[in-house]
Amino acid sequence: MRVLVTGASGLLGRTTATALAARGDDVTVLQRRPSGTGCREVLGDVADAVVVERAVRGQDAVLHLAAKVDVVGPLVEYERANVAGTRTVLAAARRTGVGRFVHVSSPSVAHAGRPLVGAPADPADPAHARGHYAATKAVAEQLVLAADSPDLAVLAVRPHLVWGPGDTQLVARLVDRARTGRLPLLGPATALIDTTYVTDAADALVAAVDACGPDAHGEALVVSGGEPRPVGEVLERVCLAAGVPPPRRRLPVPLGLAAGAAVDAVWAATSRRDQPPLTRFLVEQLSTAHWFDQRRTRERLRWTPVVGLEEGFARLGRWYAAGCPPV
Amino acid sequence: MVTTSPLTAPDASRSPVPHHLPGLDPSWSRTVTVEDTDGVPRTWHYLDNGVEPVHGTVLCVHGNPTWSYLWRGMLAAAPPGWRVVAPDHLGMGWSARTEQPRTVEQRVADLGTLTDALGIDGPVVTLGHDWGGAISLGWAQAHRDQLRGVVTGNTAVAQPPGDFGPPLIRLAHLPGFRPFGCVATPIFVRATSNLSRPALPREVRDALALPYSGAARRTAVGDFVADIPFAEGHPSFPFVDALAEGVRTLDVPALLFWGPRDPVFGERYLADLQDRLPQAEVHRYEGASHLVTEDAPEYAGLVAAWLTDLDASPVDPGPDPAAAVASADGLSDRLWSVLERRREDRSPVIAVDGGLVSWAALSHRVSELAAGMAATGVRPGDRIGVLVEPSADLTSVVYAAWRAGAVVVVADKGLGFTGMRRALRGASLDHVVGGRAGLAAAAAMGLPGSRIAVDAGPPAVRRLLGAEHDLDELARIGRGTAMPPEPDLDADCAVLFTSGATGPAKGVAYRHRQAAAQVGLVRATYDLGPDDSFVAAFAPFSLLGPALGLASSLPAIDVTAPDTLTAPLLADAAAAVGATVVFASPAALRRVVATRDEVSPAQQEALGRVRLLMSAGAPVPSALLRSVGEVLPSASLHTPYGMTEALPVTDVSLEEITAAGAGEGVCVGHPLAGVSVGIVPLTGPSVDQPVTDPGVTGEICVRAAHVKDRYDALWMTQRASARHPGWHRTGDVGHLDDEGRLWVEGRTAHLISTAGGLVTPVGPEQRVEALATVHAAGLVGVGPEGAQVLAAVVVPATDGPPAPAPRRRGGSLGLRLAEHHLAESVRGAAGVPLAAVLRADRLPLDIRHASKVDRTELARQASDVLAGRG
Repeated sequence: MRVLVTGASGLLGRTTATALAARGDDVTVLQRRPSGTGCREVLGDVADAVVVERAVRGQDAVLHLAAKVDVVGPLVEYERANVAGTRTVLAAARRTGVGRFVHVSSPSVAHAGRPLVGAPADPADPAHARGHYAATKAVAEQLVLAADSPDLAVLAVRPHLVWGPGDTQLVARLVDRARTGRLPLLGPATALIDTTYVTDAADALVAAVDACGPDAHGEALVVSGGEPRPVGEVLERVCLAAGVPPPRRRLPVPLGLAAGAAVDAVWAATSRRDQPPLTRFLVEQLSTAHWFDQRRTRERLRWTPVVGLEEGFARLGRWYAAGCPPV
Repeated sequence: MVTTSPLTAPDASRSPVPHHLPGLDPSWSRTVTVEDTDGVPRTWHYLDNGVEPVHGTVLCVHGNPTWSYLWRGMLAAAPPGWRVVAPDHLGMGWSARTEQPRTVEQRVADLGTLTDALGIDGPVVTLGHDWGGAISLGWAQAHRDQLRGVVTGNTAVAQPPGDFGPPLIRLAHLPGFRPFGCVATPIFVRATSNLSRPALPREVRDALALPYSGAARRTAVGDFVADIPFAEGHPSFPFVDALAEGVRTLDVPALLFWGPRDPVFGERYLADLQDRLPQAEVHRYEGASHLVTEDAPEYAGLVAAWLTDLDASPVDPGPDPAAAVASADGLSDRLWSVLERRREDRSPVIAVDGGLVSWAALSHRVSELAAGMAATGVRPGDRIGVLVEPSADLTSVVYAAWRAGAVVVVADKGLGFTGMRRALRGASLDHVVGGRAGLAAAAAMGLPGSRIAVDAGPPAVRRLLGAEHDLDELARIGRGTAMPPEPDLDADCAVLFTSGATGPAKGVAYRHRQAAAQVGLVRATYDLGPDDSFVAAFAPFSLLGPALGLASSLPAIDVTAPDTLTAPLLADAAAAVGATVVFASPAALRRVVATRDEVSPAQQEALGRVRLLMSAGAPVPSALLRSVGEVLPSASLHTPYGMTEALPVTDVSLEEITAAGAGEGVCVGHPLAGVSVGIVPLTGPSVDQPVTDPGVTGEICVRAAHVKDRYDALWMTQRASARHPGWHRTGDVGHLDDEGRLWVEGRTAHLISTAGGLVTPVGPEQRVEALATVHAAGLVGVGPEGAQVLAAVVVPATDGPPAPAPRRRGGSLGLRLAEHHLAESVRGAAGVPLAAVLRADRLPLDIRHASKVDRTELARQASDVLAGRG
């Protein structure tokens, strides 16, 4: 199958593109800088219609990961990458007769701050999603699902908290904070959160490319490992794997929320681009349950995770022990 | 002239009802124009599910101030072949307003013109709520030839004698209030839907009030109230009086459902209807208020099940092969037979509070009290609420009541005041017997019935308690009076309310035949002979002595607080009757073991004579049984399995527990002689009969002569528990092993439904509790059904004594994350994947036994904690 993967310079995009190529698919990757996957590269911006059309033409399937993932920066940047970019790729896919479109979304598009306890994949809700990233991803998902048609099967897949060796988003930031003693536990740290080991998430995306069609289209599916754990336990295991002291300091949740809100205000008012110490979104993520009912996802994608938490932590530990070689 | 919107293609656009009312399918809404009895054409609005009435039609009649919307659940839940029609009365809902108020007599006639117009000529079941119930019963009397059954919910047809009508209706009835409260303002319309707790959703309350916006649309609401006759002078009085009397002639199947939290119609209105319809099945929805259809939407399933059963032929379960064994065991004895045989026997039958009561004394007292009760108005079948502590007086009263044919109603003190009040108020009591505290409590609970004091004392106290007689007086009256006839073996003898782990206590009704079978089974199981006598430190067995023909001794403790029993107190109780048998609960035994060093040599000797210990009420850890063995060195140690509905079912000795070894759940031994145990599998195809295949896990079912007769006033609950004819579903989950032993794995309510299948909690809990670092463990599920994940809550082992168990339910358990090493070892031992390991200082306990883990409460708190910030 000829597959275009957008955003293959990120950990999940790179891993998925590699996995598709490894099983014999004809993979093209599209992103701004070289991906290092060894696949055919098209370099450029997903919001650039000319470049995108060139990359999409002739493909059987598009796996769209390219997005701006961050907690700082002006809304317009998120809109350009996440909304305009998605619209461009989607338009190209329709124009060139690509049959399948798998859009990689995020559970945060439907999360308004309440605990998610074995939750289904609720509809994306741009009005209530928290932060620029979630709000623009919510709009993008709506665009994509609205494009579902007999000629173009679309699936939105929302991988939840992807982590693993080489992860610069979640794991690296946690470990960095823990190493310098800046990682507090929020409240009792008992909220259950589910996560997805990176190769399991990549397998799910490959499965989504295969499943996307008459039997699975026009809906959003959350992908997660299906092994929720108390957030305090997850942080502890990550720290143990990385060889840094697990967090001991506790920050009461209301205090954390207040501090997060204050930080958000300061960063917004001063247009700071550096990583804030804390955001309201992060505090919510670390103090409320978010785990998902995976039955429908697994049935639709005919996929189950094979690595999981225990083996994942073991691999993470070996990677840190080996000095964090490039993945 | 009749014009009707066509049944097959209803013209929804003509419906006056706005679309999108919660739960209301717009296609049900229709109108029809019919001439009323005066020849005036009237346009009715009604709901109709449009089904071809193969079995019949359910005619739903709303009350005031509601409309047919009230019945939307019934339309949705109708069983196949049942048409459901629910009109709005003229002047109400979306039906035409009338120039003049309509009387109840006119409304009954109106309903007849409507059913004629709608071509309802086959069998009909009427279903009415509030005063709609009275109108529906009026229609029923006018259509006897097609009447198949009657159903009402929170309905009254008459004021019971001495009653002045529902206070709220009386308020609405006041000439000054009615125009203001019912018509000019929506106070009355709104008040009705504001009685519910928890509150009804706003959209539902709005929908109920929708047709009554504006005073002009509310005229009939006020007229309806004005038409309720409270006194003979009222124009509608003769009609309603005749209607109420006519209800007695309705010898068709009847069903009454009831929300007891009704400030409009209290319990006495239900009692009045039951009196008029003695054949009626009853189902009470605890917590539901006047708008029972809204507070207990499951009423629709109840009515649907009852309708289904109307046309189903009763299934004969056939003879129970196991029962033949039991009936051979001298069931000819009545509960009081031994007492009568031993009228001259001066040997002790009860030892209590340092005193002894002889067989002769108890026998005479029981006869006198029975005759005295009969002479003072206790009729066969009357229900007597018993609020007396375990004592010789309690034993006398209960056996006398049985002999007089009355039904003893007992509520476990473990239910607390609120729970006892709820239970006893709903038990249709005719009399209450109690000590001074008991009668004071009865007054505070607002229990109905005449009062009998154990000892009335001075006249002032007696007046205060409202006691008509005390026991000595009854005995005096009875002395010269003939004994009442013996009640039939199939007459009711008891209704027991015990504290369950979840929900309001259910009344468990027993007949004499079943109680006698229980006595026979206990005697046979423990091989009780004439030389035996026992200590009753397990409340339910404290009354059994006279029926078993054995002397019994009550330890000097509050039997409802079993953990106050110490080894010396047990020894003293045993010495009082030379006891050879001890019945106790695990909670009592824990304390006995802890105080074993306090016994004197003489006490030691008394304990040494005990040949058998039976510990009932909750699973007993074998370690505890082993320790008990050191206190009772000669005793064989047994623990039965059973429940209020059937006790005992199985029995197992310490040796058998040891021989069975570790397994999935608690081994409770073999079913007793005469008892059948079967399993209804949790998964796979449904089965006609519970199965006995080894290794099949499912709900444990029991069939035996001593199983409860039914749940009282809980028709639907009883139906569910007897889904397999002849069998009682216990609500427990377990399996039988290759050797026919039963293993209990938890409650069906505690089953954890994960994406990977169902998980029963007891097996993993036992494996975790086997860890040296763990004192106690509970396994619960969090998350939605079918996708739950498992959380283990552990109390780590400490060197000091475990934290005391508070008696109050619901206190915070202080759940927090278990530290890494504890969590790892618990995960390793559990044998099931655990999402979380939490630690607590204590586990919530079942109130009564102070030993079963209250997993429902545990799950609630674990869910909260694991959800994080709410």
